[in-house]
Amino acid sequence: MTDIRPRALQPPLWLRLTSNGFLVVWLVIALFPLMWITLMSLRQPIDALSANPLDVIFGKLTFDHYKAVWVTNGFWRNFLNSLIVTAGVVSVSLTVGTLAGYALARTPGALAFWLLILALIFRALPHSVLVTGYVPMFLNSRELLQPLWDAPILGGVLSWFSASAPTLYGKPWAVIAVLVAINQPFTIWMMRSFFQNIPAELDEAALVDGCTHFGAFWRVIMPVMWPGVITTGLFSFLLAYNDYLVTALLLDAQSQTMVPGISQFLNRETRAADQIEAIAAAVSITAPLFVLVMVFQKQIVSGLTAGAVKG
Amino acid sequence: MKRRTFLAFVAPSLFMMLAFIAAPLVSVFVQSFYETRAAFEQTVVENCTPGFLAPTCTKETRTQAKLGPNGKPVTETVYVGLDAYRRILSPDAVMAALSAGGEGIAAILKIDFWRALRFTLTFTLITLPLVIGLGLAIALAVNAMVRSLRGPTIFVTLLPFIITPVIGALSIRWLFLGDGILTRAIEWVVQRDISMFAQGWTIEIMMLIYKVWHVAPFAFVVFYAALQTVDQDTLESAIVDGASRGERLRYVIIPHLAPLIAFVALIHLMDSYRVFDEIIGFASQAHVISLQYLTFSFLTPDETGNRAITRAAASSMLTMIGIVLLLVPLLRRTWREQRGRR
Repeated sequence: MTDIRPRALQPPLWLRLTSNGFLVVWLVIALFPLMWITLMSLRQPIDALSANPLDVIFGKLTFDHYKAVWVTNGFWRNFLNSLIVTAGVVSVSLTVGTLAGYALARTPGALAFWLLILALIFRALPHSVLVTGYVPMFLNSRELLQPLWDAPILGGVLSWFSASAPTLYGKPWAVIAVLVAINQPFTIWMMRSFFQNIPAELDEAALVDGCTHFGAFWRVIMPVMWPGVITTGLFSFLLAYNDYLVTALLLDAQSQTMVPGISQFLNRETRAADQIEAIAAAVSITAPLFVLVMVFQKQIVSGLTAGAVKG
Repeated sequence: MKRRTFLAFVAPSLFMMLAFIAAPLVSVFVQSFYETRAAFEQTVVENCTPGFLAPTCTKETRTQAKLGPNGKPVTETVYVGLDAYRRILSPDAVMAALSAGGEGIAAILKIDFWRALRFTLTFTLITLPLVIGLGLAIALAVNAMVRSLRGPTIFVTLLPFIITPVIGALSIRWLFLGDGILTRAIEWVVQRDISMFAQGWTIEIMMLIYKVWHVAPFAFVVFYAALQTVDQDTLESAIVDGASRGERLRYVIIPHLAPLIAFVALIHLMDSYRVFDEIIGFASQAHVISLQYLTFSFLTPDETGNRAITRAAASSMLTMIGIVLLLVPLLRRTWREQRGRR
């Protein structure tokens, strides 16, 4: 494609060469670690750990390590747990965050302003601070929550769900609630900036026609908000999928998700194959993300810039 | 929107944040002053051994765990004041190190908390300019390249950003581990044996490289989007006025990007202060730890299955004070901007 910019704006040759050369170097750096570990995971240990890089590149293809990870070591269980946690976080986080984001975008008052500042402060909190609060609660929740189950009316309702107060430790749904909350500040800021781009005249017209605010949201805003929801959903997905700190401390071995689950492969690097199996597990975790970027590149880019450019 | 409708819309989100962020915060604050431990009682035991005329008796006081009616040890929760903070900060050791006969900073950095703080701060402050610089450079380079190649370039650039942090750190580690390809490449250049994981500073350098690799794409995307909205008229008038390429970058493009540089800096400060996944990925805890890792290690059960909740709470509070101090200037700025806009 020819450059349509005026001649004076075109960079001189040396600058173009440096700039493109720099980009090539960057692309190699960006891609190399992932490509290399993918290659290693597909080779026999003797080739993968060989001193000669050519052995890694042209070694014999094998899927043994993937088989060992997924079948022998039962990594599919961690995969299912990850699936449950991420699906839960994305759906709840979006439902709750969309409603709040919409209200915040349509309300100029001081209350909305303070809520946003509060969310920004919450966004900055290191997660370890929050997890410290959860750990004792989660371990002792049976004793702590029992009074609720003993209460006259509420107790009756709650015992429909479980006979006695549950221990939250190791329960995926409890971790979903935690991750949704951690994700809320970011979600409402992002949804708000998307809703600000949807003209307010749209729902005002619906209100004039006799809709309630929720009706206007349901009939008029819902159909046009999907790009924003998809983008925000992607980031909720990433947060839940990538988390190590919260899931490692609040889930037990049976309910562990993939990312903390990888430590079972790391802590026993005694055989040569062990390291390659850990690498195969790492590649397995990365593969869904790779697909995600391929499919949703546009939404990710728009999401990263939404917070910044549009404010 | 009426206040009641507004509250109805916001309520679920607000509830989640209050129940799962604000409430734990308060509980952590309270916990840092209380310690739950096994209750002990002192009993006086008289031991007698048969002797001539009269048995020889000795009385001794024993401290033993108090047992409840069902035979389980009883736990008690006691107010310990600032004890946990004192144990983490060890002010005595710090004063001793700083006094005339002390060993100075080196001795302080052997204490876990100060070691973690030192790493967290250097990590945050060193990566910040590198991330912004590299992100800006990539954005300018992509902006200057032919349009048809931009899509694939952005795709590849996004990969390091999207990857799970622990996995990203691991993948960099494996390139260096043992006779990993990059270790061999360096050995070939310097012509001697090296081990990247035997000392703290090499691990730290790898972590810095990882972090810049991981976050620069984020800075890139933000800057790249902003470059699309640079006012072309201003740029052209700058050319008419005879501004060189460098001057145009300095006086037109950078000022246009300034608010975004501040935005990226804010996000990066928040995120890199949380450095944690890197410690796990590089398994660096023997040499380098961060503030979040310190709390994590208190929360992980030890060999006897106990978790040091009180110390975890105290170190959490200290971590939080740190981030507040770091962010106050930037938060004030955001506040003023939001105020000004309304």
